[in-house]
Amino acid sequence: MEKETCTFSYCKKPEVTEVDCDLLIMGGGMAGCGAAYEACRWANAKGLKVVLVDKAATDRSGAVAMGLSAINTYVGENKCADYVKYVRNDLMGIIREDLVFDLGRHVDDSVHLFEEWGLPIWKKGDDGFSLDGFQAAEAGKKSLKEGGTPVRTGKWQIMINGESYKVVVAEAAKKALQTNREKTGMAQNHFERVFIVKAVKDTNGKNVAAAIGFSTRENKIYSFKAKAMICATAGAVNCFRPRSVGEGMGRTWYPVFSCGSGYAFGMQAGAELTLMENRFVPARFKDGYGPVGAWFLFFKAKATDSYGNDYCADKEYLDDAIARYGDYAKGMGTAIRNHLMMRAMKDGRGPILMQTPNAMAALGAAFTEKLGEKEGKKKMKHLEAEAWEDFLDMAIGQASLWAAKNIEPDKSVSEIMPTEPYLLGSHAGCAGFWVSGPGDIPGTPEHYSWGYNRMSTVPGLFMAGDVVGASGHKFSSGSHAEGRQAGKAAIAYILDNASYKPSPKLSLDEIAAELYLPFEVYEKYKTYTTEPGVNPNYIGPKALQARLMKISDEYFGGVATWYMTSRTMLEEGLKLLEMLKEDANKMAAKDLHELLRCFENYHRILSVEAHARHILFREESRYPGYYYRGDHNKIDDVNWKCFTNSKYTAETNTWELKKVPYVQMFK
Amino acid sequence: MPSFVITEKCDGCKAQDKTACQYICPHDLMALDREKMKAYNQEPEQCWECFNCVKICPQQAIEVRGYSDFVPLGSSTIPLRGTDSIMWTIKFRNGILKRFKFPIRTTVEGSVDPYKGKPEPDFATIKQPGFFNSPARQE
Repeated sequence: MEKETCTFSYCKKPEVTEVDCDLLIMGGGMAGCGAAYEACRWANAKGLKVVLVDKAATDRSGAVAMGLSAINTYVGENKCADYVKYVRNDLMGIIREDLVFDLGRHVDDSVHLFEEWGLPIWKKGDDGFSLDGFQAAEAGKKSLKEGGTPVRTGKWQIMINGESYKVVVAEAAKKALQTNREKTGMAQNHFERVFIVKAVKDTNGKNVAAAIGFSTRENKIYSFKAKAMICATAGAVNCFRPRSVGEGMGRTWYPVFSCGSGYAFGMQAGAELTLMENRFVPARFKDGYGPVGAWFLFFKAKATDSYGNDYCADKEYLDDAIARYGDYAKGMGTAIRNHLMMRAMKDGRGPILMQTPNAMAALGAAFTEKLGEKEGKKKMKHLEAEAWEDFLDMAIGQASLWAAKNIEPDKSVSEIMPTEPYLLGSHAGCAGFWVSGPGDIPGTPEHYSWGYNRMSTVPGLFMAGDVVGASGHKFSSGSHAEGRQAGKAAIAYILDNASYKPSPKLSLDEIAAELYLPFEVYEKYKTYTTEPGVNPNYIGPKALQARLMKISDEYFGGVATWYMTSRTMLEEGLKLLEMLKEDANKMAAKDLHELLRCFENYHRILSVEAHARHILFREESRYPGYYYRGDHNKIDDVNWKCFTNSKYTAETNTWELKKVPYVQMFK
Repeated sequence: MPSFVITEKCDGCKAQDKTACQYICPHDLMALDREKMKAYNQEPEQCWECFNCVKICPQQAIEVRGYSDFVPLGSSTIPLRGTDSIMWTIKFRNGILKRFKFPIRTTVEGSVDPYKGKPEPDFATIKQPGFFNSPARQE
């Protein structure tokens, strides 16, 4: 097929603005806000310019946009080494223990800052019951920093009143950026509604000289030139066909606006990836995707099959799981519990049920016994509100779904279900880039550290949050802390490389032509048919996504095949994906909103390709319950207890994959 | 649960340079029909139902309707977000009403002073563990 090019013969050429800075932060979520907070403090002292770009409004961008009901990583009274062991167990034995330990030793300071800035954190009352953020303040409870006792659900999780969690964190980041503006005289260093499309390499062949993108509000293109960059954008959602394909397609478990932009950016820069075969398939309340953590850990609810049996204790399933997956099956990590749930579902023992009435009744009885009838009832009412808040803070639609189905948790059970797959590196997944660790932790092997913490294999390109590979279970607090670690290290890098002047390989005209190609294609062909939506000359953003979802779902282990794939299926799917990637040259957009969707879906395509190629390379089923290689349906520690790393070369469209040794640093 | 805009209540935020819902939607869904001066959700199947448009609308013109592919009709979930708390009114399909009020922040909006009382960074430690304001834990 003939390649399309943009000569601005059909669409209007946009204004192109070049922004020069020292540090560019891409993404305004938790990691980006953390990076801005830490980096500006160091940068201000040296007069360095820090710029943050966000595709949305930072007050409500990123995975915490809706709010959260818990902070899942607060080390507190625990030991960082135990945090490493917990993450290792849940991620089936292969993690970067240096990165996880390093995260653990830093994360609490971010939580302390959140509380200082105004996030209400639950505290334990004198009677052992929980107090919300206001009640705790009225009762004179100390802050966490002063030694206050949080309400723990699990060993690492604490409860919060988190409706405005992101608003509070964004406020600090925006103020930090403001101090940097005042110090450096920059007119603007916080760009909202600017979508970064790709990395432009330096003429020196090593660095990334510029990040280019466009405004989603006006016809304007930006080229951000920086000495160092932090990629802090999210994982990838709606890459696989979701369970709800109508309006409910938007009700993804992870934010629907996470589209793999960070993966795509690093890949186009030539940064090395690790464990991209990893994915997360959360088991959540069916359809509304409300959180289950508080129900399991705080309300002590049990999940069973439809007959009330604990499927995790099923001898036949467990014996089979141990035969295939060895001691990992006994570890009962998230993947294994998913696996056992799926076994029960495939045997027709569904729907799988969260036994909320039993849990509420047990708690009610305990309250009455401890406090008497009247006080017990009062506590029960508080508990009911806590159960609803768990949804209303972070998955509002789940509360609405309960209301629409007349479900009161003390009276009716609720269905739970494994979702479509998600790619991410900060929650219970670890797909992302191979980054340098801090290097100072005893037992760190040489290949884990090359100078600057959280720097990728591309000099000056740092990673934080979802796009850092092999170190999951950071969650919101850990992502903020990791942004700060990357921010500090990036400033050190900039100071060491003060003479570097970015020199982008592409001219501003070439950049404009590349980013506005979907406009040119649309305008060129739109009148050929009576209905512009059906046109043989181009592909629209919705069609791009539909084709990607179908390929992923049917060939790469989506819900259609119960997460099953194999070499032959992957190879066939990759052929189709390659054609889709070629067709992306004919993406068409009729307005800025569609232009955004075109490139978002292109980022999804690249992310999925990395995912599929990694699954193909790893000839075992390391993550049962997330995906299965039917042709290698076991865990093979002898050959595969290692990292799988890859590098994509955009210029030649080629991939290199290799094994990298895993080292256990904590016994 | 895609958001919808009630025609009678929406004034297109005509007093401002952009509409509040357009400003806040994390997924670029809210658009303004300039002829009618009314906002609308341009891509309902991409709506995460984060309720940020509902919470921010100065006219309380935005609500949400359950996803057509799995939510039975007849319920509603309405937030009223204040400066320190949020109130929720939830109506069940069978008419049951539940009301909840939760804290949202303990400080005044806009009052965060990010570096107040914090030490200046020590550049001798820039390549060591720890943040500018606090050392890393030992264990």
